[in-house]
Amino acid sequence: MPSNATSIESPPDGSGMPSGSASAVVNRTPWQILWLKLERNRVAMAAMWLLVLLYALAVFADFISPYSYDAQDAKRSFHPPHLLGRIHVVDEQGNWGRPFVYGSKLANVYDKEYSEDRSAKYPIRLLAEGSEYRLLWFIPMKTHLFGVDEPARLYLFGGDQFGRDILSRILYGGRISLSVGIVGIAISTSIGMLVGGIAGYFGGAVDFGLMRLVELILALPSLYLILVLRQSFGANMSSTQLYLIIILILSFIGWASIARVIRGMVLSIKEQEYVIAAQALGFSRMWIVLRHILPNTLSFVIVTATLSVPFYILGEVALSFLGVGVQEPEASWGNMLQAAQNLRYLTDYSWILTPGVFIFLAVMAWNVFGDGLRDAADPRTER
Amino acid sequence: MSAEAAAGRPLLSIRDLRTYFHTSDGIARSVDGVSFDIFPGETLAVVGESGCGKSVTAFTIMGLVPVPPGRVEGGEILLGDRDLLKLPESAMRDVRGNDISMVFQEPMTSLNPILTIGRQISEAILRHKDVTKVEARRLSIEMLSRVGIPSPERRADEYPHQLSGGMKQRAMIAMALVCRPRLLIADEPTTALDVTIQSQILDLLNDLREEFEMSVLLITHDLGVVAEVADRVIVMYAGKVVESAGVVDLFERPGHPYTRALFRSLPSLEHRGEALQVIPGNVPNPLDFPSGCRFRTRCPIARPECATTDPQLIEAAPRHLVACPFSSDGGDAQ
Repeated sequence: MPSNATSIESPPDGSGMPSGSASAVVNRTPWQILWLKLERNRVAMAAMWLLVLLYALAVFADFISPYSYDAQDAKRSFHPPHLLGRIHVVDEQGNWGRPFVYGSKLANVYDKEYSEDRSAKYPIRLLAEGSEYRLLWFIPMKTHLFGVDEPARLYLFGGDQFGRDILSRILYGGRISLSVGIVGIAISTSIGMLVGGIAGYFGGAVDFGLMRLVELILALPSLYLILVLRQSFGANMSSTQLYLIIILILSFIGWASIARVIRGMVLSIKEQEYVIAAQALGFSRMWIVLRHILPNTLSFVIVTATLSVPFYILGEVALSFLGVGVQEPEASWGNMLQAAQNLRYLTDYSWILTPGVFIFLAVMAWNVFGDGLRDAADPRTER
Repeated sequence: MSAEAAAGRPLLSIRDLRTYFHTSDGIARSVDGVSFDIFPGETLAVVGESGCGKSVTAFTIMGLVPVPPGRVEGGEILLGDRDLLKLPESAMRDVRGNDISMVFQEPMTSLNPILTIGRQISEAILRHKDVTKVEARRLSIEMLSRVGIPSPERRADEYPHQLSGGMKQRAMIAMALVCRPRLLIADEPTTALDVTIQSQILDLLNDLREEFEMSVLLITHDLGVVAEVADRVIVMYAGKVVESAGVVDLFERPGHPYTRALFRSLPSLEHRGEALQVIPGNVPNPLDFPSGCRFRTRCPIARPECATTDPQLIEAAPRHLVACPFSSDGGDAQ
């Protein structure tokens, strides 16, 4: 009869996340229980930490990247990646030392083949001085995590056709590509919860109207809808405007499926006795929707939201890849891949595909993390 | 029921209440011309089989009948001088939980699983009373303690899943009574509980009724529960009141053939070892009630004229109303 979740006391779990677990009976909020279950899922935790890393890289992009995203170098177009055998620890004389690179000479202008100029070596310095930026959009700084002295230039992941460092652009691009997912999901989830909540709770004509709208949006092919919406905003826009428009477009498409599922959940939750009990206590309908019904969909919503983040990331990639999203010189993972539309670039300078690795990692991590969350939120899995 | 039947004015008067459900198969006349009074301080039990309209009556009083498909077709629900059916929704919300509260059948699901007990009770107070949050919390803990929940300070911070069924029902009662309503509607409050807890909860309701000087409208199908706590009893069948009497009167001299059949179907010590008697036939389909007396298809003393005349409640004995003109002559010849 006294069925409760207090007898968890898991012996192997030494990490002890919630602070006061000393007494025998612990009041764990539903969130603490969720976290405890999630913590035990190693794959999901790995994905979570990978996401933390990716987002940290994006936030501190200007510090971590050796160059600015738009720092061109016309003489080093499609410079090959230093990581592919161009970082040395043994010099000409056979002495070991700290890692260094040689300067590069353009050996073949037409094919952009670079040879190493062994006359001078440039050690890779930690906390090197470089271009100015503002850390966290606030603190003015010149120090970068690493770099090499001029006139050499470091291209760990290679350079693009304008001689910009792909690593730096990936880090800066992550700011756009990764945040699109979070902001987009926040907007579409809010709309979806509100619309689904209202439709489900109030029912009748309201429900009918809203659900037909949802079906209309879901019925249109999303890429087509994206392009139609994009063209309706016109062509000349600042990068900030474009960024917001991408989010708006993706959210406009994304809320519909969330609204539909939320409506279904609300339909079942509103028959629960605690909702009727809340009515019997004199609470208003809006209060009941916001306080009692929607919060009970939250664990589902968080899981769905997490699993839908990749849709926004890939949506931004698709838009920018097609050239209607983030515009040069601004970097995003999608518009960096635009260069890969040229077959010759793709075959000769295949390092321009590196952003794809990051897209893959981010999408994978979100999916795996979302899966873990779903398992943790499922009351049928053992605690 | 005549006005002189009890001392003083009734707290709540229901007059010719009709609540219909408009379904795609037709109109279900779930509550069809129900009248009764609840007097201050009394426990009035409404008994009947599933689907007889007793819960719909309760929900109609609360104004919680889902509007499509349900509809209150007519009648009056007078609380003092106010007709609750004529109140705008916002005024009705102030009545709910404040003047009239309700406790439900299923304590397991009647509390929001993601809010602590204390929080849910506090919110009910804050909804109706002008008090601070701290004060509301203090009142909640006091109320939890009053309904017999041990260590209420700690329990207030627990979630519903940490409480047993009986505790949850106590918490529900605390929540319903924390604003000191004048009337508590208890819709099968003990059906989902086991027998020992059942009588504890009934005792608690009785104590609180006296302490808070409120009336209780107890909806139940359990005649044992009725015998334990009720002062007066209303028997409903197929959307109508068929009998109304004091509890002793009803148990000793049931008037309506349906009530008698109900008592005969109870297990009793006198008839040990015999098979239980059942009422023949089924509860009539609310979409298609029989004409005239709705019980006549199952009634042992039915006559041809039962199909044509709608029986009215008549005073068979003082304060004992029966909706059957033949109850006195056919009753003893079973």
